[in-house]
Amino acid sequence: MTKTRASGRTVGGLRTLSLQAPAVTLLLLWMIVPLGMTIWFSFQYYNLLMPDMAGFAGVENYEYLLTDPALWRAMGNTLLLVGSVLAITVIGGTLLAVLFQQDFSGRGIARVLAISPFFVMPTVSALVWKNMMMHPSNGVLAWLFESVGLPALDWFSALPLTSIVIIVAWQWLPFALLILLTAMQSLDEDQVEAARMDGAGPIAIFFFITLPHLRRAISVVVMIEMIFLLTIFAEIFVTTSGGPGLATTNLAYLIYIRALLDFDVGTASAGGVIAIILANIVAIFLVRMVAKNLAD
Amino acid sequence: MTTLGSKTAPPRSVAGWRSAQAKRAIITVLGWSVALVIFFPIFWMVLTGFKTETAAIADPTLIFSPTLESYQAVQARSGYARFALNSVAVAFGSTFFALLIAIPCAYAMAFLPTKRTKGTLLWMLSTKMLPSVGVLVPIYLIFRDVGLLDTRTGLIIIYTLMNLPIVVWMLYTFFKDMPKDILEAGRMDGATTLQEVCFLLLPLTLPGIASTGLLSIILSWNEAFWSLNLTSSKAAPLTAYIASFSSPEGLFWAKLSAASTMAIAPILILGWMTQKQMVRGLTFGAVK
Amino acid sequence: MATLQLKNITKRFGDTEVIKGIDLEVNDREFVVFVGPSGCGKSTLMRMIAGLESATDGDILINGERINDVGPADRGLAMVFQSYALYPHMTVEANMGFSMRLAGVPKEERRAKVLEAAKILQLEPLLDRKPKALSGGQRQRVAIGRAIVRNPSIFLFDEPLSNLDAALRVQMRIELARLHDELDATMIYVTHDQIEAMTMADKIVVLHDGVVEQVGSPMALYHHPCNRFVAGFIGSPKMNFLNVSLASVNSDGVVIRLPGGGERSVPVNGQQLNDNAALELGIRPEHLVLDEQGPLSGQIKVLERLGGQTSLYVQMDDALVTIMADGDVAYRVHDTVRFGFAPERAHLFDGNGLALTSLQQHPLAGLTRHDNRAPGSSSEELI
Repeated sequence: MTKTRASGRTVGGLRTLSLQAPAVTLLLLWMIVPLGMTIWFSFQYYNLLMPDMAGFAGVENYEYLLTDPALWRAMGNTLLLVGSVLAITVIGGTLLAVLFQQDFSGRGIARVLAISPFFVMPTVSALVWKNMMMHPSNGVLAWLFESVGLPALDWFSALPLTSIVIIVAWQWLPFALLILLTAMQSLDEDQVEAARMDGAGPIAIFFFITLPHLRRAISVVVMIEMIFLLTIFAEIFVTTSGGPGLATTNLAYLIYIRALLDFDVGTASAGGVIAIILANIVAIFLVRMVAKNLAD
Repeated sequence: MTTLGSKTAPPRSVAGWRSAQAKRAIITVLGWSVALVIFFPIFWMVLTGFKTETAAIADPTLIFSPTLESYQAVQARSGYARFALNSVAVAFGSTFFALLIAIPCAYAMAFLPTKRTKGTLLWMLSTKMLPSVGVLVPIYLIFRDVGLLDTRTGLIIIYTLMNLPIVVWMLYTFFKDMPKDILEAGRMDGATTLQEVCFLLLPLTLPGIASTGLLSIILSWNEAFWSLNLTSSKAAPLTAYIASFSSPEGLFWAKLSAASTMAIAPILILGWMTQKQMVRGLTFGAVK
Repeated sequence: MATLQLKNITKRFGDTEVIKGIDLEVNDREFVVFVGPSGCGKSTLMRMIAGLESATDGDILINGERINDVGPADRGLAMVFQSYALYPHMTVEANMGFSMRLAGVPKEERRAKVLEAAKILQLEPLLDRKPKALSGGQRQRVAIGRAIVRNPSIFLFDEPLSNLDAALRVQMRIELARLHDELDATMIYVTHDQIEAMTMADKIVVLHDGVVEQVGSPMALYHHPCNRFVAGFIGSPKMNFLNVSLASVNSDGVVIRLPGGGERSVPVNGQQLNDNAALELGIRPEHLVLDEQGPLSGQIKVLERLGGQTSLYVQMDDALVTIMADGDVAYRVHDTVRFGFAPERAHLFDGNGLALTSLQQHPLAGLTRHDNRAPGSSSEELI
């Protein structure tokens, strides 16, 4: 009896349409105009520094980009960055969620502290880590290393990509924790107790009850992080500027270099199209999952 | 049966009680250590903001004489307030417009659904999947040509559109949770659509609308891709201002820390307040 | 003064037809109950009357005027929702006065009317509370109060008691019946609970799969169900059904052969029956009597002693039958019992599940709840 009833009114459809129109129109424009332009530019010779060299380029921009080792380096960096951060945040987030699900003194405050990094703007977190944590001589980590007799590490020259991964993971681990903890709280206590009556220990409960319950939340975390992580920009911009060399240049940063530093609109747009394609491969799965959710 | 019973019964013996206490103590220590380690960079940043520049780069210590000189310097030298004002204007402006456009849309989707409603919602979600970097070039060129580069209006437009799908989704899930009966009772009592919305829907879903607005503010406040690429000096919000500390000559840690602390404090507090509802919005209602 | 007519009302959601052409007359001041299993369309039917749902086809008339295109607030109806649908952010008084506030009624007048309704429902001490601070029964009363305030010509109740516990339900049932007498209004009431239907209705409308199975007074439905569905739905515990075969038909009724051998003549009209028609005997548990000489027998599987009565669940060859017996019967589980029935209490259903019409009308079949209260006022209906 609780199925959704369409308002049977004949004007209902019209009213719905007019109320949705502003949002839908704006989003449509927001999507189609820039997307169309990106695709159009990607087939043009278009360099802001060389206004005379304009015209149809065919697939030349793509050819140029795809044969440029920088692109492959950037793609590799992108995947490495996304992959490592995902692994750290999902595994770490699950474990932390289990920990913060336990009852202990001051849990509420500890929980709030642990999710805080997610609310810190990316430029702040990147600079705090770069200067105060990872600085080769005055950083906290250097001091820690020295106090246990290890040589201080120049993080951004010795392990540039790892450093970025640490910063980004620090920002996104709380996100995974927040989502997974919320999901965990919706786990039916009776189910856990039934399992305990059946003789399951804490580890068996984790693997047979908790983890399956978290499956959807974990996949949501993976999808959403992937979408954001594919285009990490500010953290690289304020720390390494893509360097040393190309060591920390990801796809987003490469497009930025091509577009706003080299003023090569055509190639940058081709890069943009590639980024869109990559993101959409991920998005298809996410949309499908959310659609399933919407059905019930 | 007896082994099962002894395993599952609450610990009644003194030894059982002790081990339960010990377990709790371990978890308490573990939980707090993890939380403190994760929070440490923020804590350290706040602390450094109260140091002098010399103390800031000295060996880490918790003992120092706190000073507000960095805070004063940040305002005096670079006009922190101007950037903060930009952030406030952009975050609140974009949130206002996003809510204004999204509320009618979400109302229609939740209470007057058609066959296409689900598809529209999913399509809105899919616009979120378009990576900003993919459309950076055209947006930059359009903004340059119509004079929106480095303006608050430009950022407000971008952030409104950027957050619109999430705002619609979040409002939609809140509206859907509202019992339909109450609106129908209102209709039986003679309420027009506008009265229905003003007297019943908005007051009843106010907490949901508020947390949606807060999420939108948080997302706009912390956005760093468009602000870095589309603003320079006039309209730069705090994200872009903080980024200016990355230049090697600007390595003043105490001032960086003071400025950062001021930049993240309001959002951190908002974030703490709305964490539950944020989960809903960020996962498009897939996790509640 | 309000009458309601439904003419060939149809409702489709997409391709599914949930209401399949319903005709119905509701008289002035009548208490009509729509009853049926969940999914039968009774709530949809009421929502169409309320105007919350539009009819795909057909006409809805109030006092002879077609109101299909009139908005819900302008039909002169008030509805009490299953969930009560109180406005959670308003006090009891504001809840009850909301419709008047929307209509622009001055404050004093609003208050006077709310107080009047509150008095009827004993809500006066609660007027300043919010719904959250009320018990289930109190919320229910506020919802009714909100309806009363509107002074409607027809009250609609959508399963109003289903969220209350059993004791409160009985109490509210009595209160609703009292309210009906007091307000002298036309009331339409939807429920899936046949006891509510039996106790409150002047007229019961039994719905099943979007069609009306039978319309009639509670006693008419109980004594003369027109088909197997109504027979099974009305009455508790449920009617027993046994497969029997036809022996012969004569002017006194239909002679059937019972399982286990015996023959009985049931006083129903069997003129149209074929010689070897498949028949089903329907007999209510309270009409089966334990009898050493009875034609039926079986083994007791479960025995429930309620004190004043005992329910016996007896396994026959191909059926489990329920017998309501005296509280003091000495039988025990696994005993074999013999039992029988008075033929005029039995019902016969043909192969299509339709009841064969009874040759004698039950004396109470025309009686409505109102006739109970006014002795002799409708004695002409007592045959």
